[in-house]
Amino acid sequence: MWDTLLNSNTQWVLLSTTILGVAAGIIGCLAYWKRQNLMSDALSHAALPGVVIAFLLIGEKNLFFLVIGAAISAFVGALLIQWITTTSRISEDSAMGMILAVFYGLGIMLLTIANRIPGGDQSGLDSFIYGQAAAMVTSDVLTMLTLALLVILVVFFGFKEWKLFLFDRQFAKGIGLSINGMNTLYTVILVTTIVIGIQAVGVILMAAMLIMPAVSARYWTRSFLTMILLSASFGGVSGAVGTWISAMGSGLPTGPFIVVTAAGMFVVSLILGKEKGLLVTYIQFRMHRKKAKTRVRVRTGGVT
Amino acid sequence: MSEPVIQVDHLSAFYQKNTVLYDVTFDVAPGSLTGIIGPNGAGKSTLIKTMLHLHPILTGNVSFFGQPFHKVKKRIGYVPQRGSVDWDFPTDALDVVTMGLYGKIGWLKRPSKTHRAQAMSALEKMGMKDYANRQISQLSGGQQQRVFLARALVQEADIYFMDEPLAGVDAGTERAIMEILKELKSAGKTVMVVHHDLQTVEHYFDHVLLLNRTVLHYGKTEETFTKENIADAYGGNMRWMGGEQKDVGHSIKQ
Repeated sequence: MWDTLLNSNTQWVLLSTTILGVAAGIIGCLAYWKRQNLMSDALSHAALPGVVIAFLLIGEKNLFFLVIGAAISAFVGALLIQWITTTSRISEDSAMGMILAVFYGLGIMLLTIANRIPGGDQSGLDSFIYGQAAAMVTSDVLTMLTLALLVILVVFFGFKEWKLFLFDRQFAKGIGLSINGMNTLYTVILVTTIVIGIQAVGVILMAAMLIMPAVSARYWTRSFLTMILLSASFGGVSGAVGTWISAMGSGLPTGPFIVVTAAGMFVVSLILGKEKGLLVTYIQFRMHRKKAKTRVRVRTGGVT
Repeated sequence: MSEPVIQVDHLSAFYQKNTVLYDVTFDVAPGSLTGIIGPNGAGKSTLIKTMLHLHPILTGNVSFFGQPFHKVKKRIGYVPQRGSVDWDFPTDALDVVTMGLYGKIGWLKRPSKTHRAQAMSALEKMGMKDYANRQISQLSGGQQQRVFLARALVQEADIYFMDEPLAGVDAGTERAIMEILKELKSAGKTVMVVHHDLQTVEHYFDHVLLLNRTVLHYGKTEETFTKENIADAYGGNMRWMGGEQKDVGHSIKQ
């Protein structure tokens, strides 16, 4: 067990999934308050055809090019969702559902084709569906690290702007913050986080990395900054623990373990969380009931 | 009369299929406190939003201090409807008020202690000092409205637009808000307020703009806020709402 951990490749992979978890946890908070959690799901599925097309074009599995392909395809998905929503009477969630299914179907179709061409089945493209962090090589890890750090920096330097943008868009626009600019930047960092994550976590489960840490963090705090920091830590821990478990067995997919770890932290938060967690809510209910009963007893002169 | 600070020239705007505003033209004198009055769907909020470029202009022109909006943005404060934001957002009252200073602080820079102090004194002015660190979701409707107003105050703008600041607030908050509006007016600021309560119009505003998809009447309250003019704006509504007509007549006579 420790052998695997001491293996330098494993250490690199562990580092990159941790940073990925941190980035996803942070962006997840933005998505949460933009009330656009389904968007991350739609966009991660929409990335799949781009990955396969990029592979078919360059003929080798180079993460850098695959990520560019994934990003282009996810952006096309985002634009289509926006276009469908603004030009037709179809609502945004229906549009997201459509794009998610159609792009994923297209991706699987292309993947089948890619697997039939000579050498294609050896490419490990399948790992983009469930994620295979162990399959990453040093250059993949470096690509991931750089992009994830960039995304984290964008959120922290513009923290005040993000807060204003998420809380009160009209006021933000009134005092001169470009809403179109912020929307574009948001889509760019969301897509970046998704595409760097799909190698390690896979297109199906990537959305959980964005959603789960944020909703868990919500149970612990009333401050936006703390929520982001907590969500980042939850994401980071899920990334590390999930990768570590999957590295212990051979050929275990990373994505599911990361997501199950994140889900475990969510359950703990749901029950123990100090902000409207189930336990706290229950205790408060009991206390208030006791108080109310005493008050009734006092008013009725001790006759109950 | 002094130069108008706001000039609206043949403005029109639309929502989906409908033109909600057409040919809106008026000039606003500096230091005036105007109530924008009209029935539901008359385009009161849309008028404000269109003037502030928050809603696209179909035709026409708006200028402030003789300049286009984008050049004088910082001199204009806006208090949106309370329901326009998500009050569940994890932040406190002081933080929301500090947002009013973001334009002055500059983008990508962090608010300093002085900024926090400024925000605090605005909260104090609105009688909300004790609630500075209160989570915004735990404030009552009236308190939320006061926070919004405090945020507008710290902007130290010259023109203020407020969208129904008195909607759904208790008497105490209404008094506090009107106190501040009068203070702004005596400090020479120009204020335009979307208002829905006809009973209080004469009491609160020195100018009235009667709107129903276009400007029907605009001018000093005592000259403009007449029974005939109100009937013009509320039209059909008034006829079948016989009870309200009586009320309105009463409040005008007194």
